[in-house]
Amino acid sequence: MAMSIRNSASRRAMNQISNDFIGLRSMSSWWKSVEPAAKDPILGVTEAFLADHSPDKVNVGVGAYRDDNGKPVVLECVREAERRIAGNAFMEYLPMGGSVKMVEETLKLAYGDDSEFIKDKRVAAVQALSGTGACRLFADFQKRFCPGSQIYIPVPTWSNHHNIWRDAQVPQKTYHYYHPETKGLDFSALMDDVKNAPEGSFFLLHACAHNPTGVDPTEEQWREISQLFKKKRHFAFFDMAYQGFASGDPARDAKSIRIFLEDGHHIGISQSYAKNMGLYGQRVGCLSVLCDNEKQAVAVKSQLQQLGRPMYSNPPLHGAQIVSTILGDQELKSLWLKEVKIMADRIISMRTTLRESLENLGSPLSWEHVTKQIGMFCYSGLTPEQVDRLTREYHIYMTRNGRISMAGVTTGNVGYLANAIHEVTKSA
Amino acid sequence: MDSVFSSVARAPEDPILGVTAAYNNDPSPVKVNLGVGAYRTEEGKPLVLDVVRRAEQQLVNDPSRVKEYIPIVGIADFNKLSAKLILGADSPAIQENRVATIQCLSGTGSLRVGAEFLKKHYNQSVIYIPKPTWGNHPKVFNLAGLSVEYYRYYDPATRGLDFQGLLDDLRAAPSGAIVLLHACAHNPTGVDPTPEQWEQIRQLIRSRSLLPFFDSAYQGFASGSLDTDAQSVRTFVADGGECLIAQSYAKNMGLYGERVGALSIVCKSADVASKVESQVKLVVRPMYSSPPIHGASIVATILKSSDMYNDWTVELKGMADRIISMRHQLFETIKAKGTPGDWSHIIKQIGMFTFTGLNQEQVAFMTKDYHIYMTSDGRISMAGLSSKTVPHLADAIHAAVTRLG
Repeated sequence: MAMSIRNSASRRAMNQISNDFIGLRSMSSWWKSVEPAAKDPILGVTEAFLADHSPDKVNVGVGAYRDDNGKPVVLECVREAERRIAGNAFMEYLPMGGSVKMVEETLKLAYGDDSEFIKDKRVAAVQALSGTGACRLFADFQKRFCPGSQIYIPVPTWSNHHNIWRDAQVPQKTYHYYHPETKGLDFSALMDDVKNAPEGSFFLLHACAHNPTGVDPTEEQWREISQLFKKKRHFAFFDMAYQGFASGDPARDAKSIRIFLEDGHHIGISQSYAKNMGLYGQRVGCLSVLCDNEKQAVAVKSQLQQLGRPMYSNPPLHGAQIVSTILGDQELKSLWLKEVKIMADRIISMRTTLRESLENLGSPLSWEHVTKQIGMFCYSGLTPEQVDRLTREYHIYMTRNGRISMAGVTTGNVGYLANAIHEVTKSA
Repeated sequence: MDSVFSSVARAPEDPILGVTAAYNNDPSPVKVNLGVGAYRTEEGKPLVLDVVRRAEQQLVNDPSRVKEYIPIVGIADFNKLSAKLILGADSPAIQENRVATIQCLSGTGSLRVGAEFLKKHYNQSVIYIPKPTWGNHPKVFNLAGLSVEYYRYYDPATRGLDFQGLLDDLRAAPSGAIVLLHACAHNPTGVDPTPEQWEQIRQLIRSRSLLPFFDSAYQGFASGSLDTDAQSVRTFVADGGECLIAQSYAKNMGLYGERVGALSIVCKSADVASKVESQVKLVVRPMYSSPPIHGASIVATILKSSDMYNDWTVELKGMADRIISMRHQLFETIKAKGTPGDWSHIIKQIGMFTFTGLNQEQVAFMTKDYHIYMTSDGRISMAGLSSKTVPHLADAIHAAVTRLG
């Protein structure tokens, strides 16, 4: 049986040894050389905003929806779903691949209610930790199963995309996307990059409402991109974080994906409910990969699970329950679609108001892009120095790339915002 | 067009979760699931603690609650309270602000984030883990880029601790190596060091400058007392040295699927702790940006109310006591049947699991003939037993030992 120290002589000896180890207290830390990390450029903005005591402060930094009073919103359909869940559900582990019901409903949104791919069970899909988690799982999967590959990322993109593929150790390249002169899409440079990339390259595409620019290809441009991808046998990975949020119509916002599916591509998709269901902190999303056939989809799904298991074992329950409760109930689903449209419409109306206000102030610059761009963000064209002035002089918080979260604009602050932007740009 | 992933092979079933899948597919009315470590009541049902339901209701009824992103490191209250829970409210490490605590996705998430931090910032990338250990441990560390070595732990001859082997192996480890320690209720064996043995382990670890990484998945669940089950961790922290701790609320608060846990890094100084926290954020952001809000909100609600906290300790003790009584019932039943062998390890081992000592062949036999589902290493989850099913399990063990012994 196991040893144990019983007699008092040994105990005294142990105390002696113990005293020697008081010296441990003077040993230095293992972490002495750990440098303080740089603040996350996006989340750091909100931190700074919260620390500001000015009554005029405006947060148009992080992309979280606000109502016209500047308050965060919990959708009615979500509140109702939670009332139904509370007190009823068990809290057992979900399967490694997450909630089956939630994944089923989520795939319908991306691939279409009547998708043949879903019917033929060709989609390998797992619940993921919102969009970030879905992208990371895909990046890890790409690294493991296409180890020589790299990822082409648009310029600019959500800054965390670079972190994700870097931590997955997948080398990155960039492709042209935003055209600063037109504040629109640099389509010909984009097509050149797609053409010049080695055959079979992996590309990250924003399905709709590009973050941070709000600049999306037109339907015609998507078709051309898809045809060129076919010629080059490229892999298209779609990050769809704003379905429903861009135009107000989820089917319309999934058009790019549907075009690629029609054209026969085997795509990957990251979906998030953070914005369109307002479930930010719940971390609910889905990663899917379209495969040749059912057998392959089973294999791919099993491998995705192998990547999730050593990261968090299985995904969190509550957010998934909210999603399946809503999407599985006709009434709640209709309510959700209404609420998404209200959010999208409010943002579209704020775009119009901001643009008109700037024009009415007599701005020498063109603000056409404010209404041409789509989704939560407006790439204003403001320089980092102008952004710094906005923060210092007007207590307006946004990321230094000039990205304005339109969701943070309200009828109450749009005038103040327009005026401040005008002041810092009028002599530009 | 062919998929670029055409040649991806199907991965094997996870051995632990695969057991439940097989159980679910079995139509037998006498089937018993002793596979995954999730608590079951005497009626064989999952349990949501009463205090958890109350916290849940409180949250749902509060119209001021929103679903915004929480900070990358999680909910501040939750983090503070979790550190207090494992380290003790009067811990000098906490009072001196030397502890960086980050909300993570249960124990798994806490281990993975800690391991990734170590890979990036620590000068050693080898971790020593006990043999045997939870099946997912080596995968977590490997994917984080650490290399895994084993130290002796379980002695099949005694069905207890191979203490000398443990000391020898840790003494031979390179200075500075990371050492994974199960804080209590070792999974899968249920074999824990005594307090005196823990003291020797502590001294050895400090003398070799090894870095302890505690996995605390069963605080309160092992003995029924939160403080007793935290002793191993607390004696390490009391010597002023550094360590990492992964905490899980899956079992002790029954929050399994909500994925609630915390990683604490105890540092030498407040300044270091603050820098460490900032670097851990860089690990989390490209993994999932920020942790899920729901489970941690429930935990914080309970831990900050002294009434709810007390009610929780009572329910927790109830679960621990039921498991201890199942151990005694199984032991007595086996003894009464005269099954050959020494079965006292059933009552000596602690926590959710018993390492029966049955071999793969015997386990397969028990599954086939008696519809008993357990992992092939002979581990049974005592939480899955009830007074009604103990006799059936005892029959199965008796048959397996006498026919295939």
